[in-house]
Amino acid sequence: MSFPEGDAQAHDDVRKTADAVARRSYGKLVAFLAARTRDVAAAEDALSEAFAAALADWPVRGCPENPEGWLLTVARRKVIDMFRGRRRHELAGEQLRVLAEGLDAAATDVQIPDHRLALMFACAHPAIDAAVRAPLILQVVLGLDAKTIASAFLTSPAAMSKRLGRAKDKIRQAGIPFSVPEREELPDRLDTVLDAIYAAFTEGWTDPGGTDVARRDLTEEAMFLARLVTELLSAEPEALGLLALMLHAEARRHARRNRHGDYVPLAEQDPALWDSQMIDEAEALLRRASALGSIGRYQLEGALQSAHVYRCRTGRANWAEVVQLYDALFGLVGSPVVAINRALAIAEVHGASTALAAMQEVAADGRLAEYQPYWAARAELLAKTGAHAEARRAYEIAIGLERDASVRRFLQLRQSALAP
Amino acid sequence: MQYLLMLYAEEAGWNKLTKAEQEQGVAAYRAYTEALTKAGVLKGSNRLQPTSAATTVRVASGKPQVLDGPYVESKEQIGGYYLIDVADLDAAISWASRCPGASHGVVEVRPTWSMPA
Repeated sequence: MSFPEGDAQAHDDVRKTADAVARRSYGKLVAFLAARTRDVAAAEDALSEAFAAALADWPVRGCPENPEGWLLTVARRKVIDMFRGRRRHELAGEQLRVLAEGLDAAATDVQIPDHRLALMFACAHPAIDAAVRAPLILQVVLGLDAKTIASAFLTSPAAMSKRLGRAKDKIRQAGIPFSVPEREELPDRLDTVLDAIYAAFTEGWTDPGGTDVARRDLTEEAMFLARLVTELLSAEPEALGLLALMLHAEARRHARRNRHGDYVPLAEQDPALWDSQMIDEAEALLRRASALGSIGRYQLEGALQSAHVYRCRTGRANWAEVVQLYDALFGLVGSPVVAINRALAIAEVHGASTALAAMQEVAADGRLAEYQPYWAARAELLAKTGAHAEARRAYEIAIGLERDASVRRFLQLRQSALAP
Repeated sequence: MQYLLMLYAEEAGWNKLTKAEQEQGVAAYRAYTEALTKAGVLKGSNRLQPTSAATTVRVASGKPQVLDGPYVESKEQIGGYYLIDVADLDAAISWASRCPGASHGVVEVRPTWSMPA
């Protein structure tokens, strides 16, 4: 189908408006429909049909004054039709009527209420398989497609689609509520939401050079979600802590690679390359969080970032403080990752032998056999104690486990720098 | 929404308890049932006799096969159930966590299909 010159332009403008509305409002619209119907997949389908209808109608009749309201009206109708069509055995006639009325009443509001937080709590509910919470939030709240999400999480699009579908079915069938939890449960339940958002962020972050477009976007999307949560739950210190942690990590993106594309570890980075605006914002968030008086994992991780930044900028060693922070973090999280980083900090204060002993405490964890940072840390510590042959072997394993070519090169350089 | 709370536990566990512990257990279940009733959410409940009293029935090619014992051979067996009617999964989980069975065994929470009016 071809458009005459003027129409092509109009079509283009409509496309741009639709894209802008999608970016801004997709999550809100899905959340609104899903919360009312308890059916996430139906909400997504109805909305995508509404967007398709917009792309057909708006070039002809012009963009509506309230594009969100227009889309919601169309999507609503489609949802009700869907329900009438296929839900006879699941929904009593009475329930269907109540549902339809609820959608009608709510859609006459000028401002569409924001249920995105409730949607995120549903997606990160304990009853949802932990591995699918992050992908689910990314798809449902941000509209990312299964293909994009799948490659970031190293699965096939087909496998990812299936798991996302099952999760949405679970939400509907098991009656997972769309609501922000009550005060007593909020901190725990919020942790699962934050963990899911952080998982998405770290998936994007395994591409520190930012060369893999799909993954870099994931980092941005995760930060958007973290920011959204801090806006919707501004008095929750852990939400503030998570955003601060992400900002600190993002602030150093350009310093992690030199102009040859080589990996640059933190200790060797040039602080002038860091984004100081992001760092300032992170620090402000951490101050706000600590004023709320309830320490948690993400605040501690943020505080650690803060300590590293201070040391690199001022040259003043603060390793004793860093060890204390890792002690506190290990008490909360107790993961091998934390143990490894704690050991490296201990090495700065008490020497490499003590650090190696500290790492032995977690060495029994089977997951470490495939964890590159464990072997890289071990290699570094062994090298410091003079056990060069063992250090070389540990570097070998680390190199074999590393996916990123420039990090491999870095490890290889360290390995060959060891005296024989 | 209606949910069936299925209580799984090691059957031998009950007999290993002292008389006093057993009395405590019975009292705990009685209190739990009372709480469910008071809240108006209890639709049914029962304690099942042990798997030594179980019989498995299967019909294959039109012929009934009757076997002695439970369907699944496992350490934990279902010992009782509660059928409750609550607003959503969180409410069902909340009740399940208060069930004495959740402390010495496992409670499975599953929604029922709702019947058309």
